[in-house]
Amino acid sequence: MSDPSISIITVNNVIKQFGRFAALRGVTAEFDAGRFHAILGENGAGKTTLLRTLAGLAQPTRGAISIFGKTPRDACRDMGYMAHPSLLYDEMSGMENLRYYARLYGIDGNGRCEEVIRIVGLDPELARPVGQYSQGMRQRMSLARAILHDPKLLLLDEPFSNVDVQSAQAMVGLLKTMRDAGKTVFVITHQASLLEGVADEFVWMHAGQIVDRTAKLTRAAAPGEDVR
Amino acid sequence: MTSLWSVTLATMVKDIRLEWRSKDALNSMLFFSLLVVVIFMFSFDPLAEESRHIVGGLVWVGFLFASVTALNQTWARELRNQVLDAYRVSPAPANALFLAKVLGNFIFVGVLEALMTPLFVIFYNVRVLGPAWQLLPIAILGTWALVVNGTFFAAMSLRTRSREIMLPLLLFPISIPAVVSMVAGTTSILTGEESAHFYIVLLLTYDVVFTTACLALFEMILHAE
Repeated sequence: MSDPSISIITVNNVIKQFGRFAALRGVTAEFDAGRFHAILGENGAGKTTLLRTLAGLAQPTRGAISIFGKTPRDACRDMGYMAHPSLLYDEMSGMENLRYYARLYGIDGNGRCEEVIRIVGLDPELARPVGQYSQGMRQRMSLARAILHDPKLLLLDEPFSNVDVQSAQAMVGLLKTMRDAGKTVFVITHQASLLEGVADEFVWMHAGQIVDRTAKLTRAAAPGEDVR
Repeated sequence: MTSLWSVTLATMVKDIRLEWRSKDALNSMLFFSLLVVVIFMFSFDPLAEESRHIVGGLVWVGFLFASVTALNQTWARELRNQVLDAYRVSPAPANALFLAKVLGNFIFVGVLEALMTPLFVIFYNVRVLGPAWQLLPIAILGTWALVVNGTFFAAMSLRTRSREIMLPLLLFPISIPAVVSMVAGTTSILTGEESAHFYIVLLLTYDVVFTTACLALFEMILHAE
């Protein structure tokens, strides 16, 4: 179990530019282990770019990121990443997808794959290809893929989008259990109310910067900012 | 520990399974090659002695163009649902993905060649006058040359807007030494006029150089933004 008092992620003055557009403008922050961080902000605030940079999928134009004292790419074994798209092959069943991804992490056998499919509330026997799943099922299978290798850090980009309220609440419950087991969880969402009372911290982003970090879901707006 | 060969095998099996279910690449390759066979059969007299001189070029140009379809397809399916990102955030070695794609494409193009070669032989009335066994190393080394560069350049053009056009633009010029060796080697075996030994060595050298270069550079290509 991770020690909650230790910062596991250090983001130091990170700037990420796409051509002339700066998606991240000097983000500096430290995040503690074993906490549930909800990242909030309007579209284009830089939430997804921040998460992709933490996952090692985007390189900062300037600045540095340390995760468990390593670069994001070196820390990939301790990280689970769930993107807005499913990151699953539509033509294969959920179990076939997970079996393939398990091999990438050096996990042999079907045991762990079946376990995570059950954890997210799906049936490992389901033979249908993922392309025929409902959006909610696909999101849950995508979460199963992200937690397959039992990572210490979870980076989830809009896991509740297009998911019905009941399924979303079940997913929140699962993430809470994982946080309670010592995992560090980052969730980007536009459905912040789902995380009220669950998230330890709300990280507010605006125009490529972290503008506030609060323990509750309410905060005062910065000048020129729309707080919903 | 994720080993290179276990990930390579898993990825290759996954690609073959996906191709078996969709048959996207194989169908389009077969259709294109059949078209080449039929069109050229009507454009000149396949019974003529000249066909022995022409058919080497015809076969390899057909396979080269047809294989581009498979090469584009191999990475296109990694873009759907951004599945390539799932590989990029995993600890699996980058070269395992490259090797799996190359081996998979080698199998697909090999299947195409195995299906189409008898048709070329029948329709163009090909009789081999030289040592026929030498066609095997030419076919293996030539196919490897096509797929190793093709897979690499297809990955390189993956994030460009017009990747279907980019691949032939990058692949064809760099494949000229290999294609010339394949065509000249095949023609010299079919006509029996000269030894194909030089072309086999040339193809082998080409394969070693380009496979090494592609393996050395692929990680950079995979993680490029």
